[in-house]
Amino acid sequence: MKRLPPIAAALVFLSACEREDREFRPSPVAGEGDAAIALSSIAPGPGGTEMRADTGKAYEENAYHLSEGKRLFTWFNCKGCHANGGGGSGPALMDDRWIYGGEFQNIVQSIGEGRPNGMPSFRGKIPDELIMQIAGYVRSMGRHVPMDAAPGRNDDLMPRPSEHRLPSSPAVTGGTVPPSGQAPQ
Amino acid sequence: MPTKDTAATRYSGLSEITTDNVKDLRVAFTFSTGVNKGHEGAPLVVGGSMFIISPYPNIVYALDLTRPGAPLKWQYNPKPDASSQGVACCDVVNRGPTYSDGRLFFTTLDAHVVALDAETGREAWNVKLGEINRGETMTMAPLVVKDKVIVGISGGEYGVRGWIQALDAADGKSLWKAYSTGPDRDVKIGAEFKPFYEQDRGQDLGVATWPPNAWEIGGGTVWGFTTYDPELDLIFHGTANPGPWNPNQRPGDNKWTNTVFARDPDTGEARWAYQWNPHDLHDWDGINENILVDVEWQGKTRKALVHPDRNGLVYLLDRTTGEVLSANFYHPVNTHQGVDLKTGRIKINAGKYPHENEVIRDVCPTAPGAKDWSPSSFSHQTGLLYIPHNNLCMDWESTEANYIAGTPYVGAEVRMHAGPGGHRGELSAWDVVAGKEVWTIKERFPVWGGTLATAGGLIFYGNMEGWFKAADARTGEVLWQFKTSSGIIGQPTTYRGPDGKQYVAILSGVGGWAGSIVSGDLDPRDGTAALGFVNAMADLKDVTTKGGTLYAFALP
Ligand code: HEC
Repeated sequence: MKRLPPIAAALVFLSACEREDREFRPSPVAGEGDAAIALSSIAPGPGGTEMRADTGKAYEENAYHLSEGKRLFTWFNCKGCHANGGGGSGPALMDDRWIYGGEFQNIVQSIGEGRPNGMPSFRGKIPDELIMQIAGYVRSMGRHVPMDAAPGRNDDLMPRPSEHRLPSSPAVTGGTVPPSGQAPQ
Repeated sequence: MPTKDTAATRYSGLSEITTDNVKDLRVAFTFSTGVNKGHEGAPLVVGGSMFIISPYPNIVYALDLTRPGAPLKWQYNPKPDASSQGVACCDVVNRGPTYSDGRLFFTTLDAHVVALDAETGREAWNVKLGEINRGETMTMAPLVVKDKVIVGISGGEYGVRGWIQALDAADGKSLWKAYSTGPDRDVKIGAEFKPFYEQDRGQDLGVATWPPNAWEIGGGTVWGFTTYDPELDLIFHGTANPGPWNPNQRPGDNKWTNTVFARDPDTGEARWAYQWNPHDLHDWDGINENILVDVEWQGKTRKALVHPDRNGLVYLLDRTTGEVLSANFYHPVNTHQGVDLKTGRIKINAGKYPHENEVIRDVCPTAPGAKDWSPSSFSHQTGLLYIPHNNLCMDWESTEANYIAGTPYVGAEVRMHAGPGGHRGELSAWDVVAGKEVWTIKERFPVWGGTLATAGGLIFYGNMEGWFKAADARTGEVLWQFKTSSGIIGQPTTYRGPDGKQYVAILSGVGGWAGSIVSGDLDPRDGTAALGFVNAMADLKDVTTKGGTLYAFALP
């Protein structure tokens, strides 16, 4: 019994260490576009779709990157269209349904290249490194990231349970039809 | 035109369907628009054809009323740029086409105005008036006045500088354009401009009442229904909220946002203006309908303009001068104490001023206001105004907004909830002269569509659960109702069919700002979704699904 507190303290210390692990000098020319990324879960022939190259672990497991991503999500006005993840003119990002895929690289591409039904292309407007941070944060909205790295309470009006308290990606009612699938031509 | 007449009374003289026989009303035909977004348009009937326009992608359908089942006569797809869907703040709605002299006029989400030959659906002209890359879209129903098509721009949540424009009905050429902000020259304020109140007089107020250059991205868009008085030869239109919503970033009166203008339709020159809400605090667009009626006021007949504003007041104005005759509450309000009739200025309650980074709770009414775009009707039979409206309050926090062209310029965290009583909407009958409510019907959700008054003594409207209802115009008793396939936010129309019978038509199809939780599949766990409306609408998903259908009803 007497031995537990130091162990617990060490654990807390260690996990705190992990939380604060930062890369202070990110590569100035981080490439975003070279990862092969499938937009579909099916592929012809045996073997299924190819694996994703960069799963974004470095961003998703790092509290600093996620909190930066959260700040930038507001700063670059993502919030104006996606609210605090619940959606507005853009789709909800905190739910478990993705039009263009919910993998880290899918989201990096959604931000960088834009999407045809109203998602602006931020390529050349937001540096690659910051796009990765934002993408990591977007993944934290449905808590696809470790709980201890996800952001905590807001400084502002609390719009919803904070990211680290959300259950990981629960299902919600509603369809998954993208806007493009709704338009008769 | 969707408003029935240029005075926008939405009152029809047809009286075949009455309070006695309305209980027998049944479906005559239906038509699917094939679009799953909010249907705010009005079916328009001219001769033997009915015209409807869908939300984005703004497909226009003409139905042949002379044949059984009203089959499709033609359709026209303007193929608007898909990216425009991202820059429409509050669902991708359209409020209807307008007809004049053999042609149909309408706006598209990617800011085109199109004229079609009403008989064939062939395009007569198509002009582009806005840049979606700057957040400019179009949603309003045009008004045709003397061979001029009057249109305005949407995008008040994107820092768009608002304007109204007159196009030549023959070829779409721009005849005049008046901005809502900036120097007098741009606003078309000149020698003829005679506002009634001191607060609206002075030089270049569209610049002077803003921080330097803020007027360039200051909003004041024009997307409501325009009205026209042929006798005075004046058009009346409102301007929307200033950008951003956060008022701390734009000290000053922010002219000419949240204003009503009277303009000469030939030149665009302003004759008078009155600012409903100077230095807007809560996104109170001044675009709600301005219905033109003549009233007996203190022994004299006055040419009046009736306007139920977002701020919770029904205004009665003298439309020749812009003088406020009365302004009375139709919604619980704790943000101001009404209008000082001497100065014309609204009296703000300092306790609800949204200082930056401070959450203020229980602000009534909300950002969409006591009432949003949803048009009222005025019955010449009862002399009452029928106002579809909300009953909502909100929590609000002003936050710093960044201007990035083509993205939202808002700066507020909003979370709405039901107002006193717990119901979220009402249809109220209002005595415009006495300035008080006569009866009201409480609804579970905001009444987000329009109303229609008929000489049969009836008021038609729909609710967001999908019920289309007929109420007794005198008592408010619901005499008939029919459950349509989706929530209703459209504008009812009545017409005499080629067979001589009276019909009533409505577009069903939930959406709009209030219904975007369903049409946009938003996540109800985030109360700030859809600019805070989702918090008040979380249960709408349990009640209705999306999908656009036209319903036409008639007696057997
Ligand atoms: C002008 C409004 C707007 C802005 C600003 C905006 N988005 Fe979007 N976003 C959209 C729309 C609309 C879509 C849906 C596009 C489609 O269906 O083709 C979308 C799609 C997305 C998707 C794909 C969702 C899915 O289900 O696959 C992601 C991820 C995303 N946005 C993230 C962001 C981020 C991060 C930002 C800020 C850098 C941002 N958005 C800014 C409107 C916007």
